[in-house]
Amino acid sequence: MDILKLIVLSFITVFAAMAANFGQDLAYIIHALIIMAVSFVLFVREVRSFGDPRPAVETGYQDSVVRAGVIATSFWGVVGFLVGVFIAFQLAFPALNFDLPYTTFGRVRPLHTSAVIFAFGGNALIATSFYIVQRTSAARLWGGNLCWFVFWGYQLFIVLAATGYLLGSTQSKEYAEPEWYIDIWLTLVWLAYLAVFLGTIIRRKEPHIYVANWFFLSFIVTIAMLHLVNNLAMPVSIFGSKSVQLFSGVQDALTQWWYGHNAVGFFLTAGFLGMMYYFVPKQANRPVFSYKLSIIHFWSLIFLYIWAGPHHLHYTALPDWAQTLGMTFSIMLWMPSWGGMINGLMTLNGAWDKLRTDPILRMMVLSLAFYGMSTFEGPMMSIKVVNSLSHYTEWTIGHVHSGALGWNGMITFGALYYLTPRLWGRDRLYSMSMVNWHFWLATIGIVFYAASLWVAGIMEGLMWREVDPQGFLVNSFADTVAAKFPMYIVRGLGGLMYLAGGIIMCVNLWLTATGAGERKSSAAIAVPAE
Amino acid sequence: MSLFRHHKKIETNATLLLVLSLGVVAIGGAVEIAPLFYLENTIEKVEGMRPYTPLELAGRNIYVREGCYVCHSQMIRPLRDEVERYGHYSLAVESIYDHPFQWGSKRTGPDLARVGARYSDEWHVDHLTDPRSVVPESIMPKYGFLKKTQLKPESIQAVLVANSRVGVPYTEEMIDQAESDMEVQVDPDGDWEEMVARYPKAQVRNFDGQEELTEMDALVAYLQMLGTLVDFSTFQPDASR
Repeated sequence: MDILKLIVLSFITVFAAMAANFGQDLAYIIHALIIMAVSFVLFVREVRSFGDPRPAVETGYQDSVVRAGVIATSFWGVVGFLVGVFIAFQLAFPALNFDLPYTTFGRVRPLHTSAVIFAFGGNALIATSFYIVQRTSAARLWGGNLCWFVFWGYQLFIVLAATGYLLGSTQSKEYAEPEWYIDIWLTLVWLAYLAVFLGTIIRRKEPHIYVANWFFLSFIVTIAMLHLVNNLAMPVSIFGSKSVQLFSGVQDALTQWWYGHNAVGFFLTAGFLGMMYYFVPKQANRPVFSYKLSIIHFWSLIFLYIWAGPHHLHYTALPDWAQTLGMTFSIMLWMPSWGGMINGLMTLNGAWDKLRTDPILRMMVLSLAFYGMSTFEGPMMSIKVVNSLSHYTEWTIGHVHSGALGWNGMITFGALYYLTPRLWGRDRLYSMSMVNWHFWLATIGIVFYAASLWVAGIMEGLMWREVDPQGFLVNSFADTVAAKFPMYIVRGLGGLMYLAGGIIMCVNLWLTATGAGERKSSAAIAVPAE
Repeated sequence: MSLFRHHKKIETNATLLLVLSLGVVAIGGAVEIAPLFYLENTIEKVEGMRPYTPLELAGRNIYVREGCYVCHSQMIRPLRDEVERYGHYSLAVESIYDHPFQWGSKRTGPDLARVGARYSDEWHVDHLTDPRSVVPESIMPKYGFLKKTQLKPESIQAVLVANSRVGVPYTEEMIDQAESDMEVQVDPDGDWEEMVARYPKAQVRNFDGQEELTEMDALVAYLQMLGTLVDFSTFQPDASR
């Protein structure tokens, strides 16, 4: 087995070196060098430990990979928010593009979206699913070190994708920008993830599979399906990053938004609902509100979400029947979405008083409120007449961020605050008042962000269509760009507040993990004088 | 309800849960996407569409590489103001050779589906080099580096081959002549007749006004052909589409 590892690693190192030599573009060459370096380091590590006695097989929960996931989530979160704030200000002050190819908005924007969705969100999902599936199955993660392959393989995917965008390697499909070899790598990592997760469920000691795991499992298989179909492409050369998509035009457009909408539906909704179904009941110390509701809303959510893609293509050259179908299912989707929100919020029945004293629970409740709000806003925007105004405008960006910052961000922060003391064996977080600061900075930041982009989006939508009594257009396109400047500033400030909250969280989690809070707490438990 | 009692079977069997969820999520995509490949009225029948010339294709690759689709759509909706502002609404057939499509999802800048032949080459070069020199309100990044980056004609043939493998009707002749077709499109004094015969309506000019063949040539050539191909006198709207 060890010999096989050495052979594979040396083969990869040599092939990567060859690829770097024959590489036709900068992104490909740099990626080949990164892969060469990684496999070489692994090779050396493997040689040095060759023949060492194997460490005893560990039992109990595999939590070290979850700890690594918590660190990665916090790190990529701050990186993603920082890049977001940067590109937000690029739109207000174009000089920030620095006139370099690598720092233009067109290349950095995919870096931002991938960093927050896949690096921050993806690491949060992998870490929490690994934690939850072990607790709710009463079993150690299946597959030994395979979970570490998932973790590090996923980080390699992030690094390759991010550097690729800046060097100009992209397939130009939103949220599926990485080129063909990165897609192949992600497929391997994702199948390993599925194997670890499913293997752990199969070896569970509980008779029932807990509801959180239904959501995680459906998220993992659906993402695998979407990723495979949407990334079908023909590489121009095996020694270059460029590829051409298998589908073209209208078919490619619907495949992309079938993927794109369900990256939201499964990555950012089903997976995060899995997170919600564990951490909200735990933090509130109450059972889930309704078992029947969770069955109904699980199956209807995963069934309906897949159909909603065409609402990204209203009034385009996509045939009308597909648009109408997409709109109908998008509106129906409102109900199962609210089923999840209701099931989460009603779990607090009998524990609502905790909101006064527990800022972590408050964060989780706020995230459910934002989930409910954006899953109402989404179906509304998918109605064709509303979409004729909102599509192509900042409103869409505002909508996405009320979901991403409000729902995904807040539930992740809540989970990180829950996990850190438990994973590092501390009795409590370093500081609750820092959590409070984070909560308010993030909340007010989202309000600034969403409100300014609602105003900007509806304003530009109305300005584009405004005609005078003679029937001529009133505004040039440039007028509508200039009018958005104040909203761009407010949006940037909102993002800055959200980023500040994220940094406060990282400091708090760091001090908790390193045990800085412990001395303080031992002083607090002084024995009262008799 | 008995239905909920039966759910016990699913939630105690991981394989069943996996197979059923995969089945449930596969339906929507199959019903919506698959018909687009065989319903005959999905793509309109019009005259004029042709594959991109090698230079235009190189320009399109630069458009993709720089993430222009992040801020510019190429999809005019059949709404009064859009038709007024940008021209005839976009047809599905107009992106039939786009692997991948470039419809976009956001208009931080204007739609580009019919930007071809609307502005002069000089305007495009000035605008890409310093957008605010021609549109003071613009927030677009500067792309002056395109003018300084040489375009390598020898690398385009493989791109045509890859496109032909996924169904773009590039003939063997087009593929053989790719390199010279690219060079001759920026050389009005050269023998460009054969190239134009292969790619009708191809525009032959020195797009960036410089001696060398640069990425600016390719991008401007691409922008100048956008929306210029379809002969709308041959277009019959299909009410049932």
